[in-house]
Amino acid sequence: MEYILIVIAAIFVNNVVLSQFLGICPFLGVSNKIETSMGMAGAVTFVIVLATIVTFILQHYVLNPLGIGYMQTIVFILVIAALVQMVEIMLKKLSPALYQALGIFLPLITTNCAVLGVAILVIKKDYNLLEGVVFGAATAIGFGLALVIMAGIREQLELVNIPKGMKGIPISLLTAGILALAFMGFAGLV
Amino acid sequence: MSKLSNFTKGIIKENPIFVIVLGMCPTLATTSSAMNGLGMGLATTFVLLGSNVVISMMAKMIPDKVRIPSYIVVIATFVTIVDLVMQAYTQSLYEKLGIFIPLIVVNCIVLGRAEAYANKNGVLDSALDGLGMGVGFTFALTLLGSIREMLGSGSLFDHKFITGDAILVFILSPGAFIALAYLIAIFNKLKK
Repeated sequence: MEYILIVIAAIFVNNVVLSQFLGICPFLGVSNKIETSMGMAGAVTFVIVLATIVTFILQHYVLNPLGIGYMQTIVFILVIAALVQMVEIMLKKLSPALYQALGIFLPLITTNCAVLGVAILVIKKDYNLLEGVVFGAATAIGFGLALVIMAGIREQLELVNIPKGMKGIPISLLTAGILALAFMGFAGLV
Repeated sequence: MSKLSNFTKGIIKENPIFVIVLGMCPTLATTSSAMNGLGMGLATTFVLLGSNVVISMMAKMIPDKVRIPSYIVVIATFVTIVDLVMQAYTQSLYEKLGIFIPLIVVNCIVLGRAEAYANKNGVLDSALDGLGMGVGFTFALTLLGSIREMLGSGSLFDHKFITGDAILVFILSPGAFIALAYLIAIFNKLKK
C-alpha cells in the first residue's frame, strides 16, 4: 500500500515537471513529436533508476561512514555523468536497436536536473533502497507522461495561427501552465 | 569588445532567461516570491563568477577530452561552498530553496558559459562575463518573483499592500509557467 501511495504521489500529485519543476529543459526541448518524447522518457527512466541505486549505495555505504556527507553534490553529479557514458557504451555493444532508439537522448540526460534531483530527494526523504527505486521509477513515468501529453498538444499547435510574439517558447510555457492547472486537480488525492 | 560591454551584454542583450532561455528549472521553481528569486539569483551569480574565473585559468591545462567532467567538478565545488555558507548564515532561505541549491550544478547557464566563453578568454573577461550573466539571471528571477508575489499574495519583498486574498494560483506552479510565458513574449516584442 505504501508503495502504491509513493507511485501515485510521484506520477500525478507531485508530477516532476509540472509541480516540482525538474527537467524543464528536455520537457521544452524534445516535446515536438510523440515518438521522440517516448524515446526520451525511456532513456530517462533507465538512467534515473540506475542512478538512484548507485547513489543510494554510495551515500549510505561510502559517504556517511566516512563522515563526508557534504561531498554529496560533487560525487552524485560525477556518478551520473559516468553512468550515462557507461550506459551509452554498453547499449552500443549489447543492444544496437535500443541504442538507435535512445542514442541521441543519452548525452542530454547528464544535465537533466530530474536525475540529480531524484537522487538527492531519495536521500533527503530517508527512503530505503526499494522505496527509492519505486520513487525513482514513478518519477520517471510522471516525466514521460507530461512529455507525451505535451508532445501531443504541440503537434496540434503547429497547425494553428499563433500571435507572433507568443511563438516558440512562450506558447509552450503557457501550454505547460494550463497542463499544470489540470494536474492541480490531483492535489489531495494522497 | 570593450570590458564594459562584456559585463552588460548578459543583462539585456544576451539575458540568460529571456533571450537564451537556459536554466528554466530554478527560474520557475524558486520565484514564488521576490526574495526567493533574489537569493537564488545571487547564489547562482557567485557560482558563475567562481567557475568562470577558475576555468579560464585552467583551460590550457585541461586535456580536451575530459574538459566537460573537469568543468563539472569545478562547478560542483563552488556549489558545495554556496550550499554550506547558505546553510550556516541564511537558514530560512536555504530551506525554502531546498534541493535547488545543489541543483545549480546542472544549471545549463553555468556549464554553458564555461564551454562557450570561459575556456577561450582571459581571466578578467571571463570574470566580467560571469558577473554580467549572473546579474542578468538575478534580474530576471527577481522580476519574475516580484510579479508572481504581487499577483499571488499581494505583497512585494514581504510588504503587503492589499488586504484580503490575491490570485493564489500565481504563487503555485501553474502561475510560474504562465507568468514566465508572458514575460518572454513581452521581451520578444520589446526586442524588435
